[in-house]
Formats: sequence, C-alpha cells, structure tokens
Amino acid sequence: MSEQLKVPTMAEFMAEGKQPEILFWVGSAGSYDDRAKKITKAFVKILNKANVDFAVLGTEESNTGDVAKRAGNEFLFQMQAVMNIEVLNAYEIKRIVTCDPHSFNCLKNEYPSLGGNYDVVHHTQYIKELMSSGRLTIEGDTYKGKRITFHDPCYLGRANSVYDAPRDVLKKTNATLVEMKRHKGTALCCGAGGAQMFKEPEKGDMDINVLRTQDALETKPEIIATGCPYCNTMMTDGIKTKEKESEISVMDIAELIANS
Amino acid sequence: MEYLPNILFAIILVLGIGYFARNIKKLIRNIKLGQEVDASDNKSLRWKNVINIALGQSKMVKRPVSGFLHVIVYVGFIIINIEVLEIIIDGLFGTHRIGLKLLPESVYGFLIGAFEILAVLVLVSVIAFWIRRNVIKLKRFLSSEMKGWPKSDGNIILYFEVVLMCLFLVMNATDTSFQNLGHGNVISQFIAPWFGDNPDTLHMIERTAWWLHIVGILIFLNYLYFSKHLHILLAFPNTYYGSVEPKGKLNNLEAVTNEVKLMMDPNADPFAAPAEGAEEEAPAKFGASDVMDLNQIQLLNAYTCTECGRCTSACPANLTGKKLSPRKIMMDTRDRLEEVGKNIDANKGEFKDDGKQLLGDYITNEELWACTTCNACVEECPVSINPLSIILEMRRYLVMEQSAAPMELNNMMTNIENNGAPWPYNQMDRLNWKDE
Repeated sequence: MSEQLKVPTMAEFMAEGKQPEILFWVGSAGSYDDRAKKITKAFVKILNKANVDFAVLGTEESNTGDVAKRAGNEFLFQMQAVMNIEVLNAYEIKRIVTCDPHSFNCLKNEYPSLGGNYDVVHHTQYIKELMSSGRLTIEGDTYKGKRITFHDPCYLGRANSVYDAPRDVLKKTNATLVEMKRHKGTALCCGAGGAQMFKEPEKGDMDINVLRTQDALETKPEIIATGCPYCNTMMTDGIKTKEKESEISVMDIAELIANS
Repeated sequence: MEYLPNILFAIILVLGIGYFARNIKKLIRNIKLGQEVDASDNKSLRWKNVINIALGQSKMVKRPVSGFLHVIVYVGFIIINIEVLEIIIDGLFGTHRIGLKLLPESVYGFLIGAFEILAVLVLVSVIAFWIRRNVIKLKRFLSSEMKGWPKSDGNIILYFEVVLMCLFLVMNATDTSFQNLGHGNVISQFIAPWFGDNPDTLHMIERTAWWLHIVGILIFLNYLYFSKHLHILLAFPNTYYGSVEPKGKLNNLEAVTNEVKLMMDPNADPFAAPAEGAEEEAPAKFGASDVMDLNQIQLLNAYTCTECGRCTSACPANLTGKKLSPRKIMMDTRDRLEEVGKNIDANKGEFKDDGKQLLGDYITNEELWACTTCNACVEECPVSINPLSIILEMRRYLVMEQSAAPMELNNMMTNIENNGAPWPYNQMDRLNWKDE
C-alpha cells in the first residue's frame, strides 16, 4: 500500500497517558492471513480517513480462543480469554471494534462472565456509525450500479442478529443490492465455522463453500460482499472452483468502503 | 345397572389418565437424570417466548405451507377438545349434551358448528400432511434416521387424527335430537342421510361413535409418551426453557474457569489441600459422552423434538452430504435416554452400566466434527430446540477427556497455545501487516 497507515498501539497511547476512542481488535486472521490483512488495512484506511482515535494491541493481542472453544477445547479458550482480559482490563478498554465476526461474538458474549466487559461492535456497525455521525462520507461512484450480493456471516447474523448494518453500509455505495435466496436468518454458512476452517471436511457430496457460492451465483453478482475474513476465504475458493474469478470478486465491506 | 355406563366411563377415564400420568412421571424422572441448569433469569422474556413461539406458532409459519396447515390442525385440535369437556361431564353424570342445558341454544349451536367446520379443516390438513409424507415424499421426511418406527409414528398420528375427527362428525350426524335442533349441524347435516332414519340404528351408531371418540382420545393421549407427538405438550415448557441469549453465545464451563483461575494465580499452591467445607472436587468429566452428562434442558429438548427435520434441511453439513443431521442428534439423545430409563426401571431404580453410551453407540465422531456451529438448526427449530449445544458438549468430551480431535485441529490448538494464533506464526510478528 502506497499511503502510510497510522496504526498506533495501546502501549503508545499508554505512554502518552491517553485513551483511544476505540480499540481495534485485529484478530488472528486479520494479523496473519494474506487476504485478511488487506481487509485489516482497508479498515485502518477508513479509520484514518474518519480521523478516529484508535489503537491496536499489536503484539500484545492473542487469539480470542473462539476457535478452540468451538472445537471443544474449553481449557484453551478460557486460558486465552483470561490472558486477553488481563491485557484489555489493564489498558482499561471500554470499546472494541473488530472485522472478525468470530472475535466479535466471542468478545461480546463469552468474555463477560470471565471478567471482560466491553462494548463490542463489528466493523460494519462501526462504519455505519461513522457514516451517520457524518465523520465518514462516500464521495466516489466506484460501485454505483454494480450488482452486489451480501453473504451473511453466521456469527454476525444468526449468532448476534446483526443483519441491517452491513446492508445499510453497502447501500451507501449506490450499488444494486441483490439478495440470495437464503439470506439473513436463513443464510447458509460458508463452511468455515466451528473450527472447520482448520480441517478437511468430512466425507460428503460437495463442499459447503461451493454450495454457498452457487447461492451467490444465482443472483448474477459482480461482487460478493462479506464481513468476515473466513467467509471471504471460503467464498473466494468457491468462486475459483466455479472458475468465475475473472468476472466476480469477493470483497469485504471495509474494502468496498475504503475504495469508494 | 342404570349406572353401569357411568361407572365404566369413570374407570376408563381413570385408567387412561392414570397410565398417562405414570408415564409423565417417568419422563420427568428421566429428564432429571441430566445435569441441573439454572433458567431462573429473564422470566418475562421466557413467557413471551412461550406465547409467541409455542402458542402463537411464530416460527412454524416461517415455512408457509406446512406452517399454515399446522396452524389449522393446532387450532382445530385445541378448540375441538373443548368438546371433550362436555363428553367427560356427560359420561360421568349420564347427561346428554350438558352444554345445551348450560348455554343458550344459539351459543351451543355456534360452538358445535365451529367445531364441525374445524374438524373438516383438520381432516383436509391431515390428509395434506399424509400426502406430503407418503405421495410427494418430501426430502426432509426421507432421511436415513426416518426409516422404520419414526416413519410409522408420523403416519399413525395422522391416522389417529383422521379417525377422531370422523368419529366426532359421525357422532353429531347420528344424534337425532341434535340434528332436529337445527343449530350447529353445519357439516353433520350432510352426513346424516348416509345413516338412514331408523332411530335404533342411529342411536346405536351415535353411542358407538361417542364411546370410540372418548376412548380414542385417551389412547391417543397415552400414545404421546411413545411418540414424537409429545411436542403438543412439551413445546410449551421447551420454549420457556429455550435460550434467551444471543445464539452465538456458548456457555463457559465453570469447572474449567476454576481450574484456569488456579493455573493463572501466581500465589496458588497446587498442592494445597482444599479448604474446609470447600466445594467438592471438579466433576468427574468435562463435556458429555452420555445423556446423564447433558443438562436437563437438553434432555427436555430431546423429548420435545417432533422430528419435523427443518433443522436438518437447513444444516450446511447435511445439505452437502455429510453424515451429520441435527434431527438425528435429538432422536439419538431421546432413544438413549429412554434406554437408560428402561434400564433403571428394570434394575429397581438404579442404573446398571450397560456398556453403552450416547457417544459412539448412537452418535459418531464423524457427525460431531462435521458441524460448523452455524446455528441454522437452532434458528429453524419451531420449538426452540438446540442441537448445537449437544454437539458442542460432546466435542468437549472428545477433546478434553479423550484428546480425540482430528489431527489438524490438534495442530491448530497447539499453535494457539504456543504462539497465540491458529497458524504457526511468531507472536512478535502480529503487527507486521502494518508495514507490508
């Protein structure tokens, strides 16, 4: 990326005796996965553009433990949670935003009973907030009239009933929003959840991401929008399986907004 | 001799209700084999769920065709059963259509007329249900777990309903005094001519239909315990005890929390004797390998499941040909719980180890590992059953008690332990993306 991103850490804020507006929880995928890192940077670009006073934990952040919990390893989850909560509480974090619905769900719902109480929002909710308060405006017409279909991430949609924020944000790009047959509450999983991302699928007739990609293709989209790094990987793979990668791109809402 | 029918009626009624009560007691005992769970929170929201989801059928109508048909059968069955009240009073006291003495003729006529119309609507819907199962053969009624008893069970219930509705109409059609009343026989007046006009024959048919109707209802009531049809009762408590949290929230195991706290506490003495009067040791096992390890709400879920298969038809794993079927998870849990219950009955109230368990003998690892925890099954269930919570509980057992996770998942977890990410990257590289 040519332009310099400003990514202050909590440690730096602490040294200056300041508190940021929000903590940006980057998450493991957002930190290490090549595709997801682009989403992370796109979101930082948005935060910079809207002059949001934010910080990341940087090397002090560790995996939320979400995936371990869903794999059945409650020990590992709680170890991770307790460690992260110690760091977050030491920095007196109040508000967290993340691009990963799995981290979002875990921090929001599963950390409180272990002593971690924060106001946690998903980046699509936060972008919507920035737009409604006038801190972020879309000037360009990059996506005007483009056919975009939004794939609801399970841990954003069904798990936490966040269906409108991503759609409201997408509408601001003046794109043509087309819904898949299965959407919102009945949306089909991309196939990555519940630790499936990290293992081969069980024997079956087809892969879940391919079935979900078929759902998306039925809407004849130019872009498949997601709000989750894992969904992004799964849908991107699905598009490749269907040999449609030259016509259709899979993009996170943060990227769409950052490009607008 | 005059009171013979009344006495006979009372005996049948007591037997019918008594046997049912005995089985309900057994059902409650079986559910209590599960772990206790606190659901004393959010009372008003829980009642709201009962009213909307169970009474109001709000989730049933998400699928309009089956939802609409179901609402008819549901409303019909509840309302027509008001008639049972009259039958019981008549039967016990030897009266005939006591309602006519208590209510103005027009009101009574209106009520029975409404019952007759509903009875026809129920008949039509039930036939439509039968066609869906046996002629159109909808995919969700044909899964492998639906072979044998579950399939017959589904049809037996429909036959019961057809017979009961027909008996009700015949009973009205052959009741000469009721027909002469001219109120309320909106449907039965058209059936009446089929039975001729011999008063003795009519009376005999009327009595037979009346007796078969009430006996049929009592048999149906007792059939419930052995059938998926228990949902007509258990849907209410089940929606009350259903989760009131966001679906994504999984419970944190308290026993683990205690151990983790101990591990993280630098001042903790690992060899310290437990404090006087301290809680008993950590539970014997983490997660669930058998029904007794599940909690009571999960066991109630299993008895409530009516095997409609909406969960399975929305499950991404099942849709792509994997073995996992959330409906089967619920059916297996109930089957195993019944097996344990019978074992207890046979062994004078004590469970004798039968060398079997839910995990392995009923539910395989392959099914459990196919779940994406996407909550589609939970979202679909019209009566707030949560198959996912059982799957997770059994994964916990596999991982924490048996270290039996698939190898790739073990690698992933080792990575998290070592470097705080599911991949083998250095923790110190976590912010590198900033400068890439």
